[in-house]
Amino acid sequence: MKMKKMFILLLPVFALIGLIVFNACKNPDHTNTTDAANAGLTLPAGFSAVAVADNLGQARHLVVTPQGDIYVHLANSKKGRSILVFHLDGDKATLKTSFADYGGTGIAIKNGYLYASSSADVYRYKLNDKNEVISPDQPERIVTGLINRRMHQPKAIALDNDGNIYVNIGAYSNICSDFDPKGTGCPILDSAAGIWQFRADKPDQRYGDGIRYAGGLRNVVGLDWNQQDNQLFVMQHGRDMLHDLFPKYFTIKQSAELPAECMFALKKGDNAGWPYVYYDWIKHENMLGPEYGGDGVKAADPKFLNPVAAYPGHFAPDGLLFYTGNQFPEKYKNGAFIAFHGSWNRAPEPQDGYCVVFQPFKNGKPDGQWEVFADGFAGTAAQKASGRAAHRPCGLAQGPDGSLYVTDDNKGTIYKINYNK
Amino acid sequence: MLLTSFITTGIYAQVKPLKKTTHHPASAAAMERGKIVYTNICLACHMADGGGVQNMNPPLINTTYVSGNKATIIKIVLNGFKDDVEINGQKYTNNMLPHSDLSDQQIADVLTYVRKSFGNKASSVTAAEVKKVRASIKS
Repeated sequence: MKMKKMFILLLPVFALIGLIVFNACKNPDHTNTTDAANAGLTLPAGFSAVAVADNLGQARHLVVTPQGDIYVHLANSKKGRSILVFHLDGDKATLKTSFADYGGTGIAIKNGYLYASSSADVYRYKLNDKNEVISPDQPERIVTGLINRRMHQPKAIALDNDGNIYVNIGAYSNICSDFDPKGTGCPILDSAAGIWQFRADKPDQRYGDGIRYAGGLRNVVGLDWNQQDNQLFVMQHGRDMLHDLFPKYFTIKQSAELPAECMFALKKGDNAGWPYVYYDWIKHENMLGPEYGGDGVKAADPKFLNPVAAYPGHFAPDGLLFYTGNQFPEKYKNGAFIAFHGSWNRAPEPQDGYCVVFQPFKNGKPDGQWEVFADGFAGTAAQKASGRAAHRPCGLAQGPDGSLYVTDDNKGTIYKINYNK
Repeated sequence: MLLTSFITTGIYAQVKPLKKTTHHPASAAAMERGKIVYTNICLACHMADGGGVQNMNPPLINTTYVSGNKATIIKIVLNGFKDDVEINGQKYTNNMLPHSDLSDQQIADVLTYVRKSFGNKASSVTAAEVKKVRASIKS
């Protein structure tokens, strides 16, 4: 009897020994990221990370309330629900509720309302004084009828301080060649490839009720309102296939590095030039696109908006967040975090991205070289290079305590990154 | 011997495309030529492992498009593909460019390579089969 009791008590010890031995013999290429330190992430000194939730599926953008609730939007609804609501207790997020039968990316909170978008519509939900949705099954539809073709469908959103909402309407094309085969002018720019502005409080607005705030933007998923200079900043996903389409002008390596992923600081009426131009971050020059007479050397017409910052090709910026918290060291204040989803169009060169980058700012504009802030999402170096990444950064949010939240839309992990003095 | 092969062929003609057929390996030369075409033309989108890109470019692994009816896949390589379809339960958003500039032999080789790689176990494609399909869609 005594022996049996001792054996049962010792079972966890044996299990632990077994686990240690098993892990030691495991192929070192297969790390379990959620068990590893900092949830598998590599961070600057003084920072730590935990996975507050995981296995959510395609977790896209998120917001965190002052009360510590997390609203995260899934790309596709699961069992008819696509917005998950968690409450954070320490390092663990517990699911409170879920609603919204439309998958999507866009989600934001402003002036007592939660805003969320599908691929064609934008909705809002009134919040109570605890920032909880009062009627989750009765969304107010504020925008409808947005064009929704096969490509670049998610309609990311941001709001300003004047009662307006900005909605990305991505180009449903890589470079408009399907719709402009002779290169005489891209006909889809009047209803796509730009940021549209609507009122945040009017029901059922259609194209005619809003304005194209800025055009010539291929696809924007990461965008944020810069509170310092009261301006919309967007990250564009640059075009693909320079080498595949124009091997005469672009080598495989050039095509992997170009074009830049651009950060634009927008004003009403701006034209960022898609499909006519692309930005070369190596030459620091806006270039005429090869479909429209470019050859990798000819510069773009200066009338098109230049980016305020540029990043390596195909990194795929899915999140943009201006950091306004006090938890992180002073250098991060009012700078920008960018979530790079990671590339596919760099092949046969190694894929890259799959990280969160920090862009220093000064007086409301990018200032100085960007740096990788959080890495390791992809897993091993081999997983990153092959593009078969374990986790892919998508959304960014700031917590009430000044911590940084990152979503992964491959496995659906929500990371919380803290600074510990 | 001839009669047996006749009967065998007859039986296999009625079998569903993905059922295991008598699987004759392609010549090493054809696979090598096919791999070169794959690397230069297809890899950029369908990736080195044939797995495609989630949500964007379909995989070439155990799909009816790749391993099924030869005319279907030959047409896709010649004409490209823009259809809004589900492939093994997933949708993909990117259009495939046409590759009619490839020769009959190149298309036959790359399809043979793909149909016998990445875990696929389908039959070879010949230049004559490609030529026939190309002629049929020209009209």
